[in-house]
Amino acid sequence: MEVSTLPISASHRGKLISSGYTSLSSLSSVSPSRLSQDLKISENEAVEILKVASRRSGSEKIENGNHAIMNGAQTAWDMLREEESSVCITTSCSDVDVILGGGIRCKEVTEIGGVPGIGKTQLGIQLAVNVQIPSGYGGLGGKAIYIDTEGSFMVERALQIAEACAQDMVEYDNLLRKDSQACRVIKQPKAFLENIFYFRICTYTEQIAVINYLEKFISEHKDVKVVIVDSITFHFRQDFEDMALRTRLLGGMALKLMKLAKQFKLAVVLLNQVTTKYNEGSFQLTLALGDSWSHASTNRIILHWNGDERYAYLDKSPSLRSASAPYAVTGKGIRNAAPNCKRVKLM
Amino acid sequence: MANKPISEMGLPRSTANVFAARNIVTAKVWRAVAAAVFVQENVSDVMDALSLSEFELMEVLDVGLEEVTRAVAHVSEISCPPYQTALSLLEQRNQNEYLAGHLPTRLKGLDAALFGGIPFGVVTELVGPAGIGKTQFCLKLALLASLPTSYGGLGGRVIYVDVESKFSSKGIEMGLSSFPEIFHMEGLAQEMAGRILVLRPASLSEFTESLQHIKVSLLQHNVKLLIIDSMAALASGEYDLGPPKHHPLGWHISFIKSLAECYRIPVVVTNQVRSQSRDEASRYLFQEQSRAETIEDPSNFNSHLVAALGIHWAHAVTIRLVLEFRSGQRVIKIAKSSISPSMGFYFSITSSGISLLDDEGVEMMGPEANTISWQVINGIFMSIMQATVALLIMIVKCCNEKNGKMEQAM
Repeated sequence: MEVSTLPISASHRGKLISSGYTSLSSLSSVSPSRLSQDLKISENEAVEILKVASRRSGSEKIENGNHAIMNGAQTAWDMLREEESSVCITTSCSDVDVILGGGIRCKEVTEIGGVPGIGKTQLGIQLAVNVQIPSGYGGLGGKAIYIDTEGSFMVERALQIAEACAQDMVEYDNLLRKDSQACRVIKQPKAFLENIFYFRICTYTEQIAVINYLEKFISEHKDVKVVIVDSITFHFRQDFEDMALRTRLLGGMALKLMKLAKQFKLAVVLLNQVTTKYNEGSFQLTLALGDSWSHASTNRIILHWNGDERYAYLDKSPSLRSASAPYAVTGKGIRNAAPNCKRVKLM
Repeated sequence: MANKPISEMGLPRSTANVFAARNIVTAKVWRAVAAAVFVQENVSDVMDALSLSEFELMEVLDVGLEEVTRAVAHVSEISCPPYQTALSLLEQRNQNEYLAGHLPTRLKGLDAALFGGIPFGVVTELVGPAGIGKTQFCLKLALLASLPTSYGGLGGRVIYVDVESKFSSKGIEMGLSSFPEIFHMEGLAQEMAGRILVLRPASLSEFTESLQHIKVSLLQHNVKLLIIDSMAALASGEYDLGPPKHHPLGWHISFIKSLAECYRIPVVVTNQVRSQSRDEASRYLFQEQSRAETIEDPSNFNSHLVAALGIHWAHAVTIRLVLEFRSGQRVIKIAKSSISPSMGFYFSITSSGISLLDDEGVEMMGPEANTISWQVINGIFMSIMQATVALLIMIVKCCNEKNGKMEQAM
């Protein structure tokens, strides 16, 4: 194990190597005072270097001694079991839930795109409300973080959707639980709003900052189960000259969000805009941010018009086949399309 | 927030000093990658702690990974704006805002569908063919916002950015005549017209400049409404410049949105239409493959108009109202809104301005709300012309009578 792989500052690394400390083993027996003399640094700094070095060699030993063949790896069997037990957030439209395998998956990053006015923000607000459905009603009983980069979040609309959701829960009670009054835990519509944490982001720097900060925020608010970014695109589409930097920043953000999704077992939903692209002799619609971004999310859903109906199309998923299903945006929020045209079409 | 100096962020002293020594003074950054290159030769460029990767920062700052991670986390936490729960947002709006944050259009049905009118804090767009009444609608809104609160207005100033030089006091007079109680009050008409400030930028760069001035004057002068008529006219002159990759209005989109939001005022912009080119993208790749299965959109055959500013712009506006001619009648439709259903309302333009024919709207199905149809009926044009001329004569008379110079003018 080389010293050059240690996460220490460049000047310290240079001093270590020029003083002959090239391997970790050479550091294992040296005392802090000796090191500080050799490197002409303060003793405190020497202690820091040794701490980092011993942690690194320690972790190596554990790796070698442990049953796990590689650190951090999981067997496919464990993953399958975990996947089966993973939970979903319903979209409130059963047809769309069917093609998504139950809804928006926790522990995964889902990207949703579509033309203006198709209902992306609607779906975002719907998910922020639906994540709060108590577990007694088949929900997660979690909280939501809504990161608004466009200023399109309408709190009045959130209230409407929350009212409809509370209403649905009352109806569900009346249908199925006439006898057991005890387990009634109907939430007030306003209580739904209380559990939506709203961040308004005005620049891309703030967007990076908020995503860096989420880890700390969520560890303080453990029951957050969905993070919605509406939209991931907006600030990166205006006024951005350096495309290489844009790709790198977006990639970094996607990695952090994916890590959050795994670590806290929550769903990450990114809303994206559409753009036009020249392909094989004709212009076509495609989601914005380019080809390299299209690899960033685990699942990709495109909302589109088909005749007079709104359809959701599952464009990318590791486990489900591409399919599309109709949905409707109603006063109550996202719902099934009118029954006469109800069908799930596989392609 | 992002502009806050790093020295004020309460980092541990030693780290803050390292940041300061390398001239990383704010979390905000311009040309960060260029800066990273500069840093190696010339450490005197301001750059963004957040646009650099942790490893680049290690290089630049010459400190360990742990320290960098901690510093980045800290800088992030400080530059991140505070959160609000949706409930507190709702309560705050309801408490602080006059008319619950909406500017009523006084068109009953439309107001009901929009939950009170043109909302504060967001950008509302009017799209439609020439002569449909976009400017009329803007003038009406300008007037309503300048009305004293005792008459149900906002009682503030209005900034009217008039790109096409269409603004005319005749429109204002026309609107005033629909409020006879005000029109006949001595001095009030003058006071209200005095509250409407008209800007006439000749080019996009001039417009950019005046936008920055507007920002300053918004608070100082109690401005309650910003109207830009029209956005498309600004962009159309500039399309050939610069690489097509960049939207010419990219900066303006975010700036106008932030103006609306920061000052919680309604912003209304208009957009023109252009004919749809044949190879206009309207479907996705996966739809191409299964074209046989998807239903061909019938509206494509009879409507050949689309909004002049493309899909990028359409994403940015929060509410889009489409004005069109449909079987000889004018219709105003809610084409994009995150709260209102898609509804259409038939309206007419008379000598007293815009009025709805029926407060009961027609529900729009599917993408119908977004199409813009245009069937020219000569009669309609005539009636506007006649009304306008008649008004003009009336106004000229009024003014001249006041000034006592009738014989000179006529």
